[in-house]
Amino acid sequence: MKVDKVNPLIEFDNVSVRYRLPHEKIASLKEYAIRRLKKSINYIDFWALREINFKVYQGELVGIIGSNGAGKSTLLKVISRVLRPTLGSIRVRGLVAPLLELGAGFDYELTGRENIYLNGTILGFKVKDISKRFDRIVDFAGIKDFIDSPLRTYSTGMITRLGFAIATDIKPDILVLDEIFAVGDEEFQKKSIKRIERFKSKGTTILLVSHNLNQVKSMCEKVVWLEGGITRAVGPSKEVIEKYQRTKR
Amino acid sequence: MIEYDSAVRRSPLFSELGELLRYRDLLYLMTLANIKRRYKRSTLGIIWTLLGPLLTMTVLTIAFSNLFRFSLINYPIYLLSGLIFWNLFTQTTQDAMNSMIWGGDLLRRIYIPRTVFPLTAIISGLINLFLNLIPLAIIMLIFKHAFRPALFFIPFAILLVAMFALGIGLILSTMAVFFLDVIYLYQVFISAWFYLTPIIYPRDIFPARYVWYMNLNPLYNLLEIFRAPIYLGLIPGTNTILAATSWALVSLLIGFWVFTKKADEFAYRI
Repeated sequence: MKVDKVNPLIEFDNVSVRYRLPHEKIASLKEYAIRRLKKSINYIDFWALREINFKVYQGELVGIIGSNGAGKSTLLKVISRVLRPTLGSIRVRGLVAPLLELGAGFDYELTGRENIYLNGTILGFKVKDISKRFDRIVDFAGIKDFIDSPLRTYSTGMITRLGFAIATDIKPDILVLDEIFAVGDEEFQKKSIKRIERFKSKGTTILLVSHNLNQVKSMCEKVVWLEGGITRAVGPSKEVIEKYQRTKR
Repeated sequence: MIEYDSAVRRSPLFSELGELLRYRDLLYLMTLANIKRRYKRSTLGIIWTLLGPLLTMTVLTIAFSNLFRFSLINYPIYLLSGLIFWNLFTQTTQDAMNSMIWGGDLLRRIYIPRTVFPLTAIISGLINLFLNLIPLAIIMLIFKHAFRPALFFIPFAILLVAMFALGIGLILSTMAVFFLDVIYLYQVFISAWFYLTPIIYPRDIFPARYVWYMNLNPLYNLLEIFRAPIYLGLIPGTNTILAATSWALVSLLIGFWVFTKKADEFAYRI
């Protein structure tokens, strides 16, 4: 496996993200029109990310830490193309597999079978390719007996497993994990960690957002510490986590 | 290798078309899911689609046939073709808005081309329309209404109506993302629009000097090109076709432009 350490897979170049919130929430056109006439629309600018600069190379496992509201989720959204930066730019090379939160991208009225196709195409795959991988996905998720039942009859664990199985069936170039380890039974957690490790050994870049510092320390070699939308530190995980813990104490 | 660079921005309109092509399988499956959702839970689902317009037609025929009896022969056919047209337009534009709000959850979590939602609404609406044409054909047989060659013009008419509805749907979806009350305002608006369009009453109900103003209502000419081949067995006049085509093109272009220009802000707002 040849790993490219010259060209970064993810490159943040002065990325800033601004949420522009009206001073008081204006949710209706009527209200907007009235305020517009009275010229009384005030906005509060909230910068969720400010001038973020860092690079991630192939095969790296990067942890993203910081307290709630530090901008971790926004950072992942910028990478997975959901939010376009307000200022600066981001370059991403390769297939990004985002692990969606529980149930996102599923239709509870449709069967498991139909949902595998629907969810797969939401992730950007072709129906033809999903057909080829279908059996493997069902097998990994362990839902063979329920495949033709509507999703609303599934347990939370089953839906989590199915989501993971679809998103990670083929090796992505970049895997984005947002606190997924909180769910699923122990056996499935082992199975999914094994799969993630196999991806890593084959050069997949992994971004992990977690509050579990021990997990981040044991899994990641590099850590990005965000606070109030600013990168407080980027570097080797042990160093950054120690610094982080010192300020929290 | 897939590359994404937020700094590279082609015209949003054209890049969206490219993305749609890439995600065409998603469009297909979302439409399928939409149709299934509509018909799955009730076995009467499809039958309702067929019966719905028929029931409305029966009620309105009983209510209005005395009023318009002398000016319109085969009033039920006149009425039913108008109602089918109206259903296509209102259902798709409303669905487009609602699907955008429904899909908001998804848009905040993952990237997909945003036009998928309004397009799904249009395609589902068209499938519904074809189902609606069945009861219309039955009524035409019952009333011994002639099926004329002008009917071959209908696909083109449907295309124009769909283009117009998609354009309006795109504009409304964009507005609904920012202002939720647009959904309710639109409901009020379309009930007024219904009575301003000659769906249940004859076109010549207005005095001749006001007829010109009817051209300002886009649905006036769009309805005419859909209904004339069915009801009159005639291909509509050149002016009517030109007016309908212009409305369809203008609506679609503006709708697509507004929507794609604002699409990047959706995830921030929904």
